[in-house]
Amino acid sequence: MTYLAKPKLRHPTLATNKVGYTRRDYEGKISTLCAGCGHDSISASIIEACWELDIEPHRVAKLSGIGCSSKTPDYFLGASHGFNTVHGRMPSVLTGANLANRDLLYLGVSGDGDSASIGLGQFAHAMRRGVRMAYIVENNGVYGLTKGQFSATADQGSKSKKGVVNTDSPRRAWSTPTARSTWWPWRCSSARATWAGASRATRRSWCRSSRARSAMEARPSST
Amino acid sequence: MKQIEAVNDFVIKFANVNGSGSASANELFAKAILRMGVPVSPRNIFPSNIQGLPTWYEVRVTEEGHLGRRGGTDMMVAMNPQTWDADIAELAPGGYLFYDSTRPLPPSKFRDDIRVIGMPLTEICNAVYQDPRQRQLFKNIVYVGALAILLGIEPEVVEKLFGEQYKGKEKLLASNVQALHLGCDFARENLREPVGLKVRRADRVGDRIFVDGNSAAALGCVYGGATVAAWYPITPSSSVAEAFQKYCTKFRVDQSTGQHRFAIVQAEDELASIGVVVGAGWNGARAFTATSGPGISLMTEFIGLAYFAEIPVTLINVQRGGPSTGMPTRTQQADILCCAYASHGDTKHVLLFPEDPHECFEHAAAALDLADRLQTPVFVMTDLDIGMNQRLCKPFQWDDSKAYDRGKVMTAEELEAGRDFGRYKDVDGDGIPWRTLPGTHPTKGSYFTRGTTRDAYARYSERGPDYIYNMERLLKKFATAATLVPQPVLRPAAQKTGLGVIYFGSTSPSMHEALQELEGRGIHLDAMRLRAFPFPESVVQFLAEHERVFVVEQNRDAQMRSLLVNELDADPAKLVRVLHFDGTPITARFIVQAIDAHVGKANVQGNTTTGAKEAA
Repeated sequence: MTYLAKPKLRHPTLATNKVGYTRRDYEGKISTLCAGCGHDSISASIIEACWELDIEPHRVAKLSGIGCSSKTPDYFLGASHGFNTVHGRMPSVLTGANLANRDLLYLGVSGDGDSASIGLGQFAHAMRRGVRMAYIVENNGVYGLTKGQFSATADQGSKSKKGVVNTDSPRRAWSTPTARSTWWPWRCSSARATWAGASRATRRSWCRSSRARSAMEARPSST
Repeated sequence: MKQIEAVNDFVIKFANVNGSGSASANELFAKAILRMGVPVSPRNIFPSNIQGLPTWYEVRVTEEGHLGRRGGTDMMVAMNPQTWDADIAELAPGGYLFYDSTRPLPPSKFRDDIRVIGMPLTEICNAVYQDPRQRQLFKNIVYVGALAILLGIEPEVVEKLFGEQYKGKEKLLASNVQALHLGCDFARENLREPVGLKVRRADRVGDRIFVDGNSAAALGCVYGGATVAAWYPITPSSSVAEAFQKYCTKFRVDQSTGQHRFAIVQAEDELASIGVVVGAGWNGARAFTATSGPGISLMTEFIGLAYFAEIPVTLINVQRGGPSTGMPTRTQQADILCCAYASHGDTKHVLLFPEDPHECFEHAAAALDLADRLQTPVFVMTDLDIGMNQRLCKPFQWDDSKAYDRGKVMTAEELEAGRDFGRYKDVDGDGIPWRTLPGTHPTKGSYFTRGTTRDAYARYSERGPDYIYNMERLLKKFATAATLVPQPVLRPAAQKTGLGVIYFGSTSPSMHEALQELEGRGIHLDAMRLRAFPFPESVVQFLAEHERVFVVEQNRDAQMRSLLVNELDADPAKLVRVLHFDGTPITARFIVQAIDAHVGKANVQGNTTTGAKEAA
């Protein structure tokens, strides 16, 4: 849907927050994810949360790994610098960015493939170090971009579109309490409608701005 | 038997057990000779082990100032029974064996053509010291004392070194001086037969300093303005990060607030350490990592990202013997190709080749400037021989008025003034685009950095023309890099010649010595020392001007030669390989033999020459 230009029109009476921005100022490019994808709800929640918290958009640095979740930083906070890094390694890049400039807010966006499989180590070490960041894991239990493979958080017994049953137990890294970093287990509806059969029973969309807001708010002020 | 006789020109080797405290005593020995104004070139030859395995310390005493490894041993201080046989076998005929004679050894353990000097070190120490650890440690100091008398090193010089080392620790000072005198006194009374090897006071050291390349590179990073370092421990590069920590603690702590003006992360692995450096570089800091071959292999995905997304990154690669875990404590120049083309897809990277600690300092600082200017990874390709051995070199110099080259960073004012910002647009014709740093301006200049293809304005694009524009611009940027990197150093032959030689990095001191020797044999070569990749135009000229060019390097596959052929379309037929790759530093003897042999058999075709075999 990249060929659709995002309209710049906005309602003339849109409310502004304390730093003078409307919600529209927190938007990014138009999403290229599948229609109905829960990730878009998370993006919308981030937009809402940043507006509510009176964060200046350009004072946020948004970093991600690789995958559907990691594409989303292009779809919110268009005035922020973003960095779509390599698969599973967003935490280290964000750590380095953080060391270079302590004045910005750091938002890390990742998925279950990114943070529970290939990047489980970096995820854990970012927690261990207490990196000053909001860490959002967009967990849908599936590899969306490569079309339907199970991720490490897929529920045991889930059946893929092709009929394969997941026999492995899911990785639940999210239940680890962390001292100083903030992260949130986003369990959203499946990335692809075609995969919904395996997930409908167990996955709910928890994408409320209150969640995003608590993630952004709870970030410690310094490391 | 004719004993070797030499003044200020010999090689003495200490065979020890690692973890026995010999390293500091041996270093003391080398420094004492330096203090007498005689250049030395010491080398640690050590195992990948903490305690108990053989380790050697080789000191080349060289009034002429030849700092490369010579090869051969004139005197062996044999303190390790494990390696006794090989150590004895290695001594040159007429050489000297110094050993601990406390326990008698059968005559079969010696050679007829060497002079044997026995001293009951264990007995002497056991008589004086009660503590087992002291008995062990002071044995090393006792032999230094005896050797001082035998070789003519002034004991007062050693005492002065002790005084500096143990300043404020009077007890340690006194016990070390006592041990030294135990050795001196024994030698004066019992080892009266003169030894043909002598150290004679000279004035050949000048203002040169004695430092290891890893410390030098770390200091170069401090002066070069690095504020972020991320690393993962790996031999032989760990001491770069450790020295950086030390220098930062000294120079980069705000005196009034105690705040650190630096950040160092010992990461969980090399992927994370390069990730931290990429993140810091993206966000405007000068950042570096130090690693060795296996670390480079792990970092390659990120190196490709930094190349394609155009992020300043400095990597100090202290090369060791590969492949795989290879020879972790031995030296090689075998990462040339893997660094030049690190990562998948079409990539090329800037490499710098320091010849000694002085250039480690200069190149580390230069790399940080180049990385910012070129917005790309820059590798400082040092090696274990330079990195972990102390070497005499020119003192470091730094012009405090020098401003860092931060490259093309667009400011908020420029954006505000309406300047067009295309992150990947070549507006200046040098292939280098402008960048903005996060947080610069509320509404202008933000962009989404990615490893996927994009157009000149950083918008995601898989269009062929956008991709080609970007890839060709990166090539143009690489051509620009060739004009900015340290240029080659030419050393013309005494007379006109069709022979040339190309070398780089730690081969340098041995090459200089070899060129002298070859000239003595009537073989004249114009020599070019490469200091960086990409190769400037002068390298093309050099190749064109010579009929035959030897390429001297320390790897099996002639990697620099491949790079010359690949990048410059150089004629492979005229590039003669001179390859040394057994893990020891290349010697002048090796180079001379290889080139002499090749020149000598003019009627024999072929372009590989490996020289004669030599003892390790």
